[in-house]
Amino acid sequence: MNFHEPAIDYAGISPIIALTVGLCVVLLSAVFKPLKRGAPALTLLTLASTAGLLIWQWGENKSLVTGALRLDDLAISISLIAILTAGFCVLISTRERAVSEAGSGEYHALLIGSVLGMVLLSQAQNLVTFFVAIETLSIPLYILCATNLRREGSLESGLKYLIVGSLGSATLLYGMAFLYGGTGSTGFEGIAAGIVHNGVLSDPLILVGIAMCAVGLAFKTSIAPFHQWTPDVYEGAPTPVTSFMAVATKAAAFAVFLRFFDVALGPQVSEWQPALAVLAAISIVVGNVGALGQDSLKRMLGYSGIAQAGYMLGGIVVASEAGVSSLVFYLAGYAFMNLAAFTVIVARERETPFGDSIRSVQGLGAERPLLAWPLTIAMLALAGLPATVGFIGKLYLIEALVEGDYTWLAVFIAVGTMISLAYYLRVVAAMWMRPEGASAPGATPAIAGASPEADPIDPEAGRRWYLVGPALLAAAATVFFGIVPQPLVEFAEHAGASLFG
Amino acid sequence: MSSFLLWTPLAFGIVGLFLPKRITGWWATLGAVATLGIAISLALGFDSGSSGLQYSVDTPWISGLGVDYSLGIDGLNLFLILLTAVLWIGGIAFAAFRQQDRPQLFFFLMLVAETATLGSFLAQDLLLFVLFFDFMLVPFYFLFGSWGSDREGGPTAAAATLKMMIFTLIGSLLMLVGAIAAAIISADGGHLTFSIAAIQQQGLDVDSQRWIFWFFAAAFLVKMPAFLLHGWMPDAYRAAPLPVLVVFSGVLAKVGAYGFLRVVLPLFPDATIEFQEVILVIALASILYGSVMAFTQTNMRLIAGYSSVAQLGFITAGIFALRADGADGAILQMVNHGLVVAPLFIIVAILYERTGTEDIREVGGMALRAPVLAALFLIVALATLAIPGSANFIGEFYILNGLFQAKIVFAFIAISGVAMSAYYALRLYQHAMHNRKPDGIASREIGLRDGLVLAPLVLCILALALYPQLILRRTAPTVQQTVASVTRGSAPEAQLASADEKSGWTGYAPMETP
Repeated sequence: MNFHEPAIDYAGISPIIALTVGLCVVLLSAVFKPLKRGAPALTLLTLASTAGLLIWQWGENKSLVTGALRLDDLAISISLIAILTAGFCVLISTRERAVSEAGSGEYHALLIGSVLGMVLLSQAQNLVTFFVAIETLSIPLYILCATNLRREGSLESGLKYLIVGSLGSATLLYGMAFLYGGTGSTGFEGIAAGIVHNGVLSDPLILVGIAMCAVGLAFKTSIAPFHQWTPDVYEGAPTPVTSFMAVATKAAAFAVFLRFFDVALGPQVSEWQPALAVLAAISIVVGNVGALGQDSLKRMLGYSGIAQAGYMLGGIVVASEAGVSSLVFYLAGYAFMNLAAFTVIVARERETPFGDSIRSVQGLGAERPLLAWPLTIAMLALAGLPATVGFIGKLYLIEALVEGDYTWLAVFIAVGTMISLAYYLRVVAAMWMRPEGASAPGATPAIAGASPEADPIDPEAGRRWYLVGPALLAAAATVFFGIVPQPLVEFAEHAGASLFG
Repeated sequence: MSSFLLWTPLAFGIVGLFLPKRITGWWATLGAVATLGIAISLALGFDSGSSGLQYSVDTPWISGLGVDYSLGIDGLNLFLILLTAVLWIGGIAFAAFRQQDRPQLFFFLMLVAETATLGSFLAQDLLLFVLFFDFMLVPFYFLFGSWGSDREGGPTAAAATLKMMIFTLIGSLLMLVGAIAAAIISADGGHLTFSIAAIQQQGLDVDSQRWIFWFFAAAFLVKMPAFLLHGWMPDAYRAAPLPVLVVFSGVLAKVGAYGFLRVVLPLFPDATIEFQEVILVIALASILYGSVMAFTQTNMRLIAGYSSVAQLGFITAGIFALRADGADGAILQMVNHGLVVAPLFIIVAILYERTGTEDIREVGGMALRAPVLAALFLIVALATLAIPGSANFIGEFYILNGLFQAKIVFAFIAISGVAMSAYYALRLYQHAMHNRKPDGIASREIGLRDGLVLAPLVLCILALALYPQLILRRTAPTVQQTVASVTRGSAPEAQLASADEKSGWTGYAPMETP
């Protein structure tokens, strides 16, 4: 009997290995006392080395592990966005209550676990890896949401996310079963071949499968009408976790959304295109209208995330290289804008008694200009105003949509953006335009309903380097790529070319 | 060179952020003066016989998306750029003489606004134009919202500003979609470019022109603002700080009218002809509505604001006469109107400081103690009502002449606007300066410092009244070409022939019967 050693491309899976090793080390570090405080540093080291390995693999386009994974520029770019977000999350988690309650090692290990799921998900080109990766991503997040053990909201958020997330996963899995039944393959390319072979209209099995998969993915990317969990979970989770969820999860889920629809269901494009376009339009309307009048900044960003997911879905709808590139560009820009915003929210949560209410940023312009500028830039960028990456992102998406004959969806984006100004600018107005002295937050820490559960106030939080630094960095990137977008455009073009080239 | 012009204000603004409070206003004024210096040197080197672009810059900016960093100056924008540079000095210097809250930020935003405005005039790439057009709003949003005043019983400054943002961005965002669609449709699968000249050359089919035309028109008409789309104007004008309103009202409204000439006429000629009468109806409605509202308002800002609606209606009518005369007059009138409305707001600010009110019923009798102020005001008021001898008269004359050739019925209605402007301009002047002085208000002569701001603007009005050919001669070649791109040369030659030697140094050309 001959034994053939399987050819293993260690270079290709090196980022995954690095993350797994890092995950174990960080988890173990919690056991050894001298290493206990080193978990954040070790996490950052893991993330940095993974990022390094990914950049080293830039430009590759190969199948790994007998076709279960595909390492290409799309996967790498999405993984890099996820890792960047995780790095920010580690920094802004410094001295977060949730971290000490859950245990620093455990908290950071869970975070790496989730990143591992995202890296896998962005490479998945097989239904099995797809599902395993999405669970690897989600399960640590369910726990992370609930790490602020003494706050009811955090526990509620974890539970809600678990239940809704499981429902999404179940739907997805069910849909996958149908697809497998209809095409006889779990590989994305095999599914495409199966669809071509069978002809879909004759096979309701595949259509049902596609619909259920779309619903499952819509749950994960918080696209309306499958979005109801988003604002609640965002609001309840510890804010650094929310920022990670809002950006990285969305990026990874959109990566697989892209690959699944453009590769596996590519032959079926005319069937799902209109359906997804309608979903995108609904999302834009629901998200933007829902965000109006929200007093909680995290809820507001949750709803805004739904609307932004609608914009981004446009990049999938057109099923073209430009669509993929525009989506990747938008995700990268979205990461910077949201990270800047969430970092400021974290700082204000810690230094005012108002939590994440819009009152916490009142008068911020005069009080803490170094926090006010990043939040202002983030809001203007999310609203898509020029000289920010948000404008170029919208431009890119609209260009892809018009080229793909979906001009009506582009008009929806324009109208949605117009509505969104009302709530984004409300935050800006609160920071810069309220008459001073009308209510000076921080000056009178009247903690209504204060209880031992309330997080302690750190009046200097707004000056800490680990908060001000990331906020300024993300805001600077938002402006920089708004004025010099070419490097980011090329980055996104590589991603697009790798899927369609 | 045009890049230099564009970025100078911003560079000064950024440095000004780090200067001590005391001198930042003067630094900003210096920045605005330097910008004017560059603009004048560009104007001196301008070849007035040419219709093409001069001082053009064209380098790829986002090559993946086909966007170029492309600037240039021609007859359409030369004087609007000069107007921008002049008015910004007025606005900034006026503010620098006064105590400002958070001055570094205030002057920084003013200079950012100048760069953005110059950018939208200079841009020769459709997307760059849209970008600057949208970006203009950002500094004004902060200036209105943070330094503006809340109104008792009305919306707060922040709310009024938000309304303005949403109104104006509806149009702007649709314009973004329209611009992208125009580029993609005209490229037709080929190399994607947003260059206005290239899109014009490749052309667009009539069906696409129809809807894209309205996307652009929406943006421009809101910005002006035109009748029915002016809902943001009263609240925003009441909330705005006056030095900012000087540049806002003086220049920003013109960007909309300029957009029609720069983008709409060359790119969507068929749609322009098709919708000519619709736009003319809107323009006439603006003239009538703006004038009537200016009769009835008692707030001086709003009188000036509504008179702008009427004037912009005139300008739009001139452009959509689709005759070279009308468009020539429109450009002249844009500059004229900027030059009269800016001093008007400065005078309103001066009166407010003396009386504490902006209501014309509560002021009066100022002329007695302040003859110089009254004289300056009188010149401005007479120019506003386009008295013969002023450049405004020539502007309106050209516009009406163009309109007479094109649509005589519209011209007759538009004439009523000229008559009405006399009423509201004189009403404003009389109430403020004459009548009996109410008790408890001080009538003081204009100070030297405000005189320094106001007098040069009034001098510009006088200079243009004496020599309107300065503008007409330089705009004519480009305007001819722009209008010809719509009428495809089928229109009769310009009757007034502004570049004609016979008209001498005034704008009054001898009429020739055809």
